[in-house]
Amino acid sequence: MESRHKILILDDDPVFLELYKEWLSQLPSKPEIQTSTNGARAMALLEAEPFRVLICDLKMPKMDGLQVLSIVRRRFPELRTVVMTGVQDEEFRSRAYALGVDLFWLKPDTQQNMQMFLECLESLLGRDAENGFRGIQSKSLMDILQMECLSQSSTVFRITRGSLVGKIWILNGDLIDAETEGARGEAAFRRILEWKSGTFETLPAEPERERSITKSINALLLETAQAMDEISSNNDGESAETANHRKTVWRLAAMTREGAEWVVTLPNEENGTPEGWGTQSEKEFAAWMRYANEAVQRLGEKLEAGPWSFIRATNLERKMVLLPSKNKTCLVAWPSTAESSGIYEQSKKLVTSWDS
Amino acid sequence: MGLLNLFAKPRPGLQRLPSGSLTVDREGHIVTSTVSSSYPEELLHEVADEVLRLFDEARKSHLQLNEFRIHFASLHITAREARGGAIIFLSPASPL
Repeated sequence: MESRHKILILDDDPVFLELYKEWLSQLPSKPEIQTSTNGARAMALLEAEPFRVLICDLKMPKMDGLQVLSIVRRRFPELRTVVMTGVQDEEFRSRAYALGVDLFWLKPDTQQNMQMFLECLESLLGRDAENGFRGIQSKSLMDILQMECLSQSSTVFRITRGSLVGKIWILNGDLIDAETEGARGEAAFRRILEWKSGTFETLPAEPERERSITKSINALLLETAQAMDEISSNNDGESAETANHRKTVWRLAAMTREGAEWVVTLPNEENGTPEGWGTQSEKEFAAWMRYANEAVQRLGEKLEAGPWSFIRATNLERKMVLLPSKNKTCLVAWPSTAESSGIYEQSKKLVTSWDS
Repeated sequence: MGLLNLFAKPRPGLQRLPSGSLTVDREGHIVTSTVSSSYPEELLHEVADEVLRLFDEARKSHLQLNEFRIHFASLHITAREARGGAIIFLSPASPL
């Protein structure tokens, strides 16, 4: 039997909760609906069982909707969130969207509005089930390229991995060019194919694109696959020490190429050991990174300012960027002459390239 | 739908984002502020304390920061070190 989606409605007024429940029971997918009159109970319910959608009011005593949403975003990233409010204020709409809500809806005052809301909600509930790209996830980039060439297509693939971007041009089923991060042609093609994950989109064909690849796609795919197999078998055979050394050399080279002075990474787990490249002071710097990470998160929650994306800091000698990510926090140092506006993007790119 | 007029019920207020600047001395006292007086003072003190502590922790780690800017999804906090205290700028940011 197909399981029903669960919706949790949070509003401090029990009369509204009853109304919502009645309205939502009209949804074609017949979701299971639970309610809560305060943020703390809503959190407990979300912890206890998986919900698909949270519908949240904004104005509530003790813990308001924005506070709830900022916690929910961090603790339940898969949960779809909807704000249903009577507050007509652009600031709160912006802040709700900054917290990653899927839908911001003013409390409906007409039957027509209510109907539209129900339609949006139904679409939100079923979005994954209708996702036509799911099958693609089981295909590698090589498979997709082969399919495009076999069907004699003309297209441009734009492939993104973190802040790395690559493009592959196909014309009438022929691979004609590739480009990524300073490389072009076969070298770029090989580099893109080494990315283990990412996203891609197809862009309109560019028939005027100058050809830089003359080998057939099958020959190139075969060469790339062989090279990747060789790297993989070499990696299996080499000692952990050699592998680490190779990684360190590669990372130092990437750092120098980008112009960074040093990088410190700190795993997010409590007793994670920091690693430093280009500096011997990683332990000292990591103490500040650890403190800053916690302090800024605390401050963001108290001010209801949403998650933090980065800190840019300067001292007399250099400029630095502190970047949080899922598994680790990174501090990247740049010369004091570096352009302040660009160092966040450059730091993100550098850190992403290390992990690819 | 007359029933829905119930939406006009009185409700507790939502907290706005702070906007403006403040000067803090080395003890964490707020010396001057252009942030609206309706913004909760205790939250401004929280900001001031955290900023001074971030500078202090950086000094302990031999980073000696003279300025930093924290980018939240909807607020930017810029802090400049000033004789042990700090000047803090709070600017709401709209993602739209």
